[in-house]
Amino acid sequence: MNKFWIIMSHTYISRIKTKSFLISTVLTLLFIVAATNFQTIIDAFSDGESDQIAVIDESGELFDPLNQGIQSSSEDLEFSLYDGSEQAGKEAVQDDEYQALVVLSLNDNELPEASYYANNISNSNNQAMIQQQLQQIKVAYATQQSGVDQSTLAEISAPVTFNTVALDKSAKTDEELSQARGIVYVMLFLLYMAVITYGNMIATDVATEKSSRVMEILVSSASPVTHMFAKIIGIALLGLTQVVLFLGVGYAMIQANQDNMTGGFFSVFGLSDVSVSVYIYAIVFFILGYLLYATLAAMLGSLVSRIEDVHQLIMPMIFLIMIAFFIAIFGLNAPESELIKITSFIPFFSPMIMFLRVGMLDIPIWEVALSIGLLVGTIALLALIGARVYKGGVLMYGKSNSLKDFKKALALSKKE
Amino acid sequence: MTLVLKNVTKQFGSHTAVDNLSLEIPESEMFGFLGGNGAGKTTTFRMILGLLDRTDGDISWNGGEISYDKSHLIGYLPEERGLYPKLTVKDQLIYLGKLRGMNKSSVVKELESWLERFKVPEYMNKKVEELSKGNQQKIQFISAIIHKPKLLILDEPFSGLDPVNVEMLKKAVVDLKEKGTSIVFSSHRMEHVEELCEHLCILHKGKPVVQGTLRDIKRSFGKKNLIIRGNEDFAFLRSHPGVIDYKKHMDGCELQIENEEVSQTVFSALQGKGFIRKFELEEPSLNDIFIEKVGASYE
Repeated sequence: MNKFWIIMSHTYISRIKTKSFLISTVLTLLFIVAATNFQTIIDAFSDGESDQIAVIDESGELFDPLNQGIQSSSEDLEFSLYDGSEQAGKEAVQDDEYQALVVLSLNDNELPEASYYANNISNSNNQAMIQQQLQQIKVAYATQQSGVDQSTLAEISAPVTFNTVALDKSAKTDEELSQARGIVYVMLFLLYMAVITYGNMIATDVATEKSSRVMEILVSSASPVTHMFAKIIGIALLGLTQVVLFLGVGYAMIQANQDNMTGGFFSVFGLSDVSVSVYIYAIVFFILGYLLYATLAAMLGSLVSRIEDVHQLIMPMIFLIMIAFFIAIFGLNAPESELIKITSFIPFFSPMIMFLRVGMLDIPIWEVALSIGLLVGTIALLALIGARVYKGGVLMYGKSNSLKDFKKALALSKKE
Repeated sequence: MTLVLKNVTKQFGSHTAVDNLSLEIPESEMFGFLGGNGAGKTTTFRMILGLLDRTDGDISWNGGEISYDKSHLIGYLPEERGLYPKLTVKDQLIYLGKLRGMNKSSVVKELESWLERFKVPEYMNKKVEELSKGNQQKIQFISAIIHKPKLLILDEPFSGLDPVNVEMLKKAVVDLKEKGTSIVFSSHRMEHVEELCEHLCILHKGKPVVQGTLRDIKRSFGKKNLIIRGNEDFAFLRSHPGVIDYKKHMDGCELQIENEEVSQTVFSALQGKGFIRKFELEEPSLNDIFIEKVGASYE
């Protein structure tokens, strides 16, 4: 069997069997299931009984329109006219016979007003609902009093017509932009999480092998370069397994709960019909971005000899990806800015930012090609330096002092 | 399958770790590397294995470079001991064995017989971190030899073991040699090298100070030891011509003499000096040679 395969499958299998991996995967799956079933969970906890609200109508005419309005918009509220005095009504509320007491009346200008009494006024949903319904009634009363007819009223409140049209033929329409924003956001987030999670995993794995001193046996039986890339790909496969699991479960859950999930999230991130090329770019930039950061992580991991030092050394890498992420988030709303344009060519930022530009704007193909070229070049260079540092670094023990160690590792792997 | 090192030099910056080392290690022989700490033994091994690039010189085995495609023929026990602490002995050896070109079933078969031989068959499914240091070392030793290498490099194989385990490992090493494996091993325990090696080399600060077969080295060293047992005070021998060193013992003395002829003049000088229970001429021990050669270059 090929050594690359042996190391890769060992990395994959031994990682997938660890408790921390299983626990974090299960927890995330639970979270996904919970998030997609949010509505069902809320319903399960509500008692199903509607809130009883007592109404004293001093005007004698407001109850019916209010009750109609409430019943048409909410099932959770049930109004009933209360015969007793206001004082008796308040006492009934305090005795928990009713959730609340509403006293309706007409003021001096013949317009509706109301007071709301409850044991506590924390249930703002009910209050807002009643207030809103009452507001509508008030508008109707007021317009009637001033003699404005219904059609004029409808005209006044109709929204203004506002069309946005891109003159550039290949520019994206509003709808397309919103869809692009969705997929760009998802990809940015996935790459960000992948680099932080799996980059950390690679560095820790390498550092573990180093600190347990098993590394010297490993590099005496397989070349450090093979070892490094087998490790990177092994962890990548692990990540792929995890992501596929998450997406699969998420998708199944969404299918099962489709009724509850119309609108909202999915209309903002209209992932339904984004063009194929955007998906391809997403995959290309994701893979390149992962490789770039993974190589960096393996190199950094090979420099430390104790696991405790990993976090300290990997910090700069985390900062890099964070900066890239924040620039990209800024770019979602201003994809044409100079900053976005420049950073889309800088290798550590380009996987996120060039993809953002490709997804949201109409970019000449040479710019994309240049960015990918620079990215691939940097990965190759980093792999080359990484392999050298790795080779030297794995034989180097002692307290780590990043920059000095870096030079020392390079010197160790070199003929002099 | 001879291992040949020709004028091998390794520099780390301005520091010379190995200086112009030339060696030849014949097939199915045991070769001993002696040297104090920092003498360059581990660096030499790492260069042989290709873990470090040499600054100058040539290393060849069986007429070619040692590269990763030959790694199934080579076994290595590094001085820096280490295994995956969280893996079981079995999983560990399967992984390391596969990397040396074995398949799973043959690893398990070999591992069973080795664990049996080292009297620890119950360790098969134990995690390495649960084992004692000495037992971890046995497992590490098995990982270096499980694939029946043709060239075996052992860096301080016996350090940290109790005498019973040292004997067990020594016997395993000798068996491997008799089955045709060339073995290079380093130690600063002279008696191990003296007992096991036909050829040896004493390194000091990267330079070979003594090298050759054990017998030649002892013979050419010239100096002999003379042990005298008796009740008299032998201090007058200190100034006897040809006597280099005088050490008083509880019941006599030990002399280091220039050559074996001196023993005869000492013998006559002792006539009539009281009752002598023992008078023995001894070959110098490797320890004496080591101290003499390495100690001399300190001055």
